[in-house]
Amino acid sequence: MIELSAKGSNGLLAKRYASETRFRAYGAIALALTTIFLGFLLYDIISKGWPAFFESHSSIEIKIDPEKVGASDIANSDFAAIIKQSVREQFPDIQSREDKKTLASFISQAAGDDLRNMVLAKPELIGQTVKADLLLSAEADLYYKGLIDTDDKPLLDKFKAKLPVSQSISWRFWTNGDSREPELAGLLGAIKGSLFTVGIAILIGLPLGVFAAIYLEQFARRNRWTDLIEVNINNLAAVPSIIFGLLGLAMFLNFFGLPRSAPVVGGLVLALLVLPTIIIASRAALRAVPPSIKEAALGVGASQQQAVFHHVLPLALPGILTGTILALARAFGETAPLLMIGMVAFIADVPQSPTDAATVLPVQIFLWSDLPELAFKSKTAAAIIILIGILMLANALAIYLRRKFERRW
Amino acid sequence: MILWSLLIILVAAVGAFLFAKSQATTLQTNNTGRLASLPGQHGLLAAAVAILAGLAGIVVSIPFSASFAWMMPALSVAAATIAAFFTISRITPNWHARNKFEAIVMGVLIASSIVAILTTVGIFASVVFESVAFFRQVNIFEFLFTTQWSPTGTPPSFGFIPLLTGTLLITFIAIAVATPLGLFSAIYLAEYASPTLRRWMKPVLEMLAGIPTVVLGFFAALTVAPLIKHSGNAIGLNVASESALAAGLVMGMMIVPLISSLSDDIINAVPQSLRDGSYAMGATKSETVKRVVLPAALPGIMSAVMLAISRAIGETMIVVMAAGLAANLTFNPLAAVSTITVQIATLLVGDQEFDSAKTLSAFALGIVLFFITLALNYIALRVVQRYRQAYD
Repeated sequence: MIELSAKGSNGLLAKRYASETRFRAYGAIALALTTIFLGFLLYDIISKGWPAFFESHSSIEIKIDPEKVGASDIANSDFAAIIKQSVREQFPDIQSREDKKTLASFISQAAGDDLRNMVLAKPELIGQTVKADLLLSAEADLYYKGLIDTDDKPLLDKFKAKLPVSQSISWRFWTNGDSREPELAGLLGAIKGSLFTVGIAILIGLPLGVFAAIYLEQFARRNRWTDLIEVNINNLAAVPSIIFGLLGLAMFLNFFGLPRSAPVVGGLVLALLVLPTIIIASRAALRAVPPSIKEAALGVGASQQQAVFHHVLPLALPGILTGTILALARAFGETAPLLMIGMVAFIADVPQSPTDAATVLPVQIFLWSDLPELAFKSKTAAAIIILIGILMLANALAIYLRRKFERRW
Repeated sequence: MILWSLLIILVAAVGAFLFAKSQATTLQTNNTGRLASLPGQHGLLAAAVAILAGLAGIVVSIPFSASFAWMMPALSVAAATIAAFFTISRITPNWHARNKFEAIVMGVLIASSIVAILTTVGIFASVVFESVAFFRQVNIFEFLFTTQWSPTGTPPSFGFIPLLTGTLLITFIAIAVATPLGLFSAIYLAEYASPTLRRWMKPVLEMLAGIPTVVLGFFAALTVAPLIKHSGNAIGLNVASESALAAGLVMGMMIVPLISSLSDDIINAVPQSLRDGSYAMGATKSETVKRVVLPAALPGIMSAVMLAISRAIGETMIVVMAAGLAANLTFNPLAAVSTITVQIATLLVGDQEFDSAKTLSAFALGIVLFFITLALNYIALRVVQRYRQAYD
């Protein structure tokens, strides 16, 4: 009997231990899956986007013919045609109209402008033979990077055999605005739009949020009115962001008549969007300052406000800043509400002020991801790399601030 | 123009501060007795009054700003200067400048906290106002109970049931992915993981939580959806290229950090004495988690899941990019469905005509979305409050 029950309990124990191992494995698997997902996501984006930071060039010797380029009228001369002509001369065996057209399509529109700028800067080049830089079109660029296969393969190979193709860092990607041509499209407009928008969101959201937090945490008496404000803030923090877009559209654009597509309105909407987050973070930071500090200040004769503004607030500031940076990082990546207020249009010009029509980085990503050209997929992923990079920097800054200034009382 | 006006007001305020301070200092040196407030406090009061008067000037001049551009800076600077001089003229030894200044500051603080209420009122007003216009054109029962959604069709039809089922389908997939992953992650991190692993996994989860949804949408549309389509086709299933499954899966991964961090807090709040009691009875770690910790943490976990559901229902970019526009009434995860947020976004991007039912219907959907998420949050908060056990 004793033996039997011992055996039985051994069996039970083995079962219980097996279930223990299984349970533990579930947890490990869950963590592993999450990590793998994040790793796969980052790998996918980086491998797709990395090539877009580079562009393909070729170069060709071109004689700037004084007959075609008037010294007084450089700006209006047709440099694109000159380039086209010289490229064709390099390939005398290409005869069919079709092939000639395809050949010309390998060169980007920008090549002519680049040559014009070169001559504009040094008019004495007219009549001389210069080495012109040829920016290649998106199709050629993708082919030489080994990313696509195309019907124009024989022609592209021939082109490369005659005119050496090299790759260099694409500065245009950082200095251009948006464009319909993939090889010319850049992010400067979107980045500046984002800076304007988030800048305005800080200017409005930070003081409002901190003031509200100070009032609620330090001065407000608990009554129905402050309870109402509290419930409100908690609810606002959970309202979907797209609803804030509806608010921006109906209130700011239709009712107050503010301009469409402008970073001012985007900033206002984002300020309201992050306001609850800033208030909640600031209140936590204020609450973490021990009451003894305030009491000591009151004890030596400071007024309530002096105690708060001279003593409690400076000690809470690192916490408030950390929370604010995290809230702004969220605002920086926000897309949906900005779609509603028209920041989604194609805008080639780089915005110069917060009232100019602009788009922001996440919306630019959304716009590019929708385009059919394959080259834009790579550009989209590259823009995502930049966006995530900026957000990681913001997060690192927040962590640094927290480590450096965090005090345990 | 507003920017210039603000700048001028700022300059005026600094001037008012310096002037008032020097006036008060002179008074203090000439006067044998003490002033009721310090010179700096007189300065602050003058500056605050100048700013308030200047802002009032801006507000008053807004109606005229279209015709007289110079009106705004002129009026605001005039108001600020006059108000500052008036305040400075009141400086006497018995003038309690600090109390006046603190009253102004308190007013500003209260006004800031009222902005939160104004935002809610603004949201409510804007969705209700436009929705009323919509329901004047479209019968509310047609909206709530019919099953055809094609706002651009001829004639347009506005039955939002397929959008509701689409939203629920994607939300269901997302929650079915996120709850086990998030919960088991939280349990493992709270009960089993070494401090080193915790230190490494926290940033991973935080990073996943910080990835903008437009990025996840891109990933869902360009990588996950084709992957699912191809693997589905390989085993002979007919998968739409914009399947609900792809959007739901990626949305689920987005929510994992939310559930895991909330559950982590809740599990850590369960007192150690409960666990110790269970261990003392001979229970293994997993038995303790399953029979003691989880039941104690259940209300909190329930509310975490509810917050996650409300987050999934309101999520926009992932579904805009990865789910379709076709509002199909189906519960097949491999088919394309559309959601409330997708329709709001697509109806309001591009041309907006605020007299057509097509544009206005977005606001009617907005009101539905607003109330669904509000109700979920409210219930979640209530659940926590109601079942929160007092352990100490």
